[in-house]
Amino acid sequence: MSFSLKLGAVLAGLLGLAVILLTFERPPVETVQTGFRGVALGNIANPRLQPALAAANQLPPMIPRVPSVGPRAGQAYRNVQVLGELGVAEFARTMAAMTAWVSPQQGCNYCHNPANMASDEVYTKVVARRMLQMVARINAEWKPHVLETGVTCYTCHRGNPVPLNVWSENTGPMRGEGFSASSNGQNLASPVVGDSSLPYDPFSRYLDQAVNIRVQTPDPLPAGNSQGIKDAEFTYGLMMHFSQALGVNCTTCHNSRAFSAWDQSAPQRTNAWHGIRMVRDINHNFIDPLQPLWAANPNGPPGGPQRARLGAHEDPLKVNCTTCHQGVNKPLNGVSMLRDYPELTRITNIDAPPPVRQ
Amino acid sequence: MAMLSFERKYRVRGGTLIGGDLFDFWVGPFYVGFFGVTTIFCTLVGTLMIFYGAAIGGTWNPWTINIAPPDLKYGLGLAPLKDGGIWQIVTVCALGAFVSWALRQAEIARKLGMGYHIPVAYGMAVFAYFTLVVIRPVLMGAWGHGFPYGILSHLDWVSNTGYQYLHFHYNPAHMLAVTFFFTTTLALSLHGALVLSAINPAPGEDVKTAEHENTFFRDTIGYSIGTLGIHRVGLFLALSAGFWSAVCIVISGPFWTHGWPQWWGWWLNLPIWS
Repeated sequence: MSFSLKLGAVLAGLLGLAVILLTFERPPVETVQTGFRGVALGNIANPRLQPALAAANQLPPMIPRVPSVGPRAGQAYRNVQVLGELGVAEFARTMAAMTAWVSPQQGCNYCHNPANMASDEVYTKVVARRMLQMVARINAEWKPHVLETGVTCYTCHRGNPVPLNVWSENTGPMRGEGFSASSNGQNLASPVVGDSSLPYDPFSRYLDQAVNIRVQTPDPLPAGNSQGIKDAEFTYGLMMHFSQALGVNCTTCHNSRAFSAWDQSAPQRTNAWHGIRMVRDINHNFIDPLQPLWAANPNGPPGGPQRARLGAHEDPLKVNCTTCHQGVNKPLNGVSMLRDYPELTRITNIDAPPPVRQ
Repeated sequence: MAMLSFERKYRVRGGTLIGGDLFDFWVGPFYVGFFGVTTIFCTLVGTLMIFYGAAIGGTWNPWTINIAPPDLKYGLGLAPLKDGGIWQIVTVCALGAFVSWALRQAEIARKLGMGYHIPVAYGMAVFAYFTLVVIRPVLMGAWGHGFPYGILSHLDWVSNTGYQYLHFHYNPAHMLAVTFFFTTTLALSLHGALVLSAINPAPGEDVKTAEHENTFFRDTIGYSIGTLGIHRVGLFLALSAGFWSAVCIVISGPFWTHGWPQWWGWWLNLPIWS
């Protein structure tokens, strides 16, 4: 063997060793069994990664509670459309909380004209009002998903005027015409679908359009199932997103011997089913109607932060599972922030069509 | 007992690893030996335990009989007999029988003055099983991570274990194992076809030789690995398939807890293109 060949072999070996040593994890691992013994239903986690994840999902300091006394905000102030039932002290507390959760750097003036707090001239105030109605809707109508834990502005915003984990329609990179034109929206190792090559925009289909997941047929000897491999891959892509968003695996909800069978699925799957409908409700009835406001202010208010408010196709930035969950199966580690801010449950005038549960 | 005329010549004493002359005899065509006895013993006990498990398991439907491992809560300890203990006993018996069988193969090879290729090859399959039910459960901290003994139940385990890592086709060792399995069948079918074609010439023609076989592949792909070489490469492909199967399952869990597609992040993030 020549010297250069030996040198090449040694270098290749070192490179391989580096990949093996640096890219994997190590025992011990933490496992949770959720099904009958021996069926491999359950979660597997690296305990050395858990503290950082838990720390990233802590609640912010609570603003001290105030009694619900004194005149109502709706009577004391002008143009209070959804928080009018609160006492003035509660109203002030809620405003302070929203500032801390959504625009801590920008302060009150992110939404308000300081010369006339009642004015709707700053568009972000109109957005904020709609978002309050959305929070009320989620906490009132989507208990099958959020249970009594509920949500607040902070569940998504985490101190950012625009939540960090949002999505917009993605038709992929520009491509030529002709036979080679289509890759069918996949094959790009997208982080949206866990670095797999599955379709990189499963959201438009399932979380904006209300396409139902009906890949498997319940019939023996099926004849009329028109679903194809592409439908399965879009579904798989969406499920990769679910898993990533929640830090769980497929078996958290499904027994993979029969993905579609409800009687073999974990109760979490029911919760997720309602979650899909909840996200559609949020995107259809609360985010999409605000599109003209964002189109008029495509980079946000003049005071910043400069960040695009619309996607590549002029559609608003929408919600998916990661928007709230951010890597944990219960947002903010399952601690109810809503309990500390009961004012948010007294929002009136939700102003949206009834939720769709089918 | 019927015996072919030349068989007696190969029934030679000695070569045993243990037990000396005690079990150095044949029953009919079968060599017994110490490890033949332990094989029979472990097989009998293990099979009877499976029947016992089936008897208390509520079904005699061969598809759905299920001897399941213990709950994870028992960790690496002994589980109650009816709550995974049967699986533990069956596992010990299975390993006892498989290892005994490999050692019996080794003894026969020693008698005949052969190499140990056959016990080594068989040992790779045993190693894969040992990885599934011992190495990986030990690394993950519970016998409950072993697979259940049942025709359908073990398939459920395979499916769910794959989906615990979101997309198992992205497991690098699984990729290698699958590739080796397919290549094994390709090599075996090419070899089988070549041999049959050489010894089944047109009526009236002579049987063709190894040189014809070599020439066929030299004409086709410019190279023939040869009559001995094809068996070396076949053994390599088959052993590699088993070996990488064992690797692909032992890294799932103990050495990777996320989805397998995400493991490739190091590749996607190489500074060359990211």
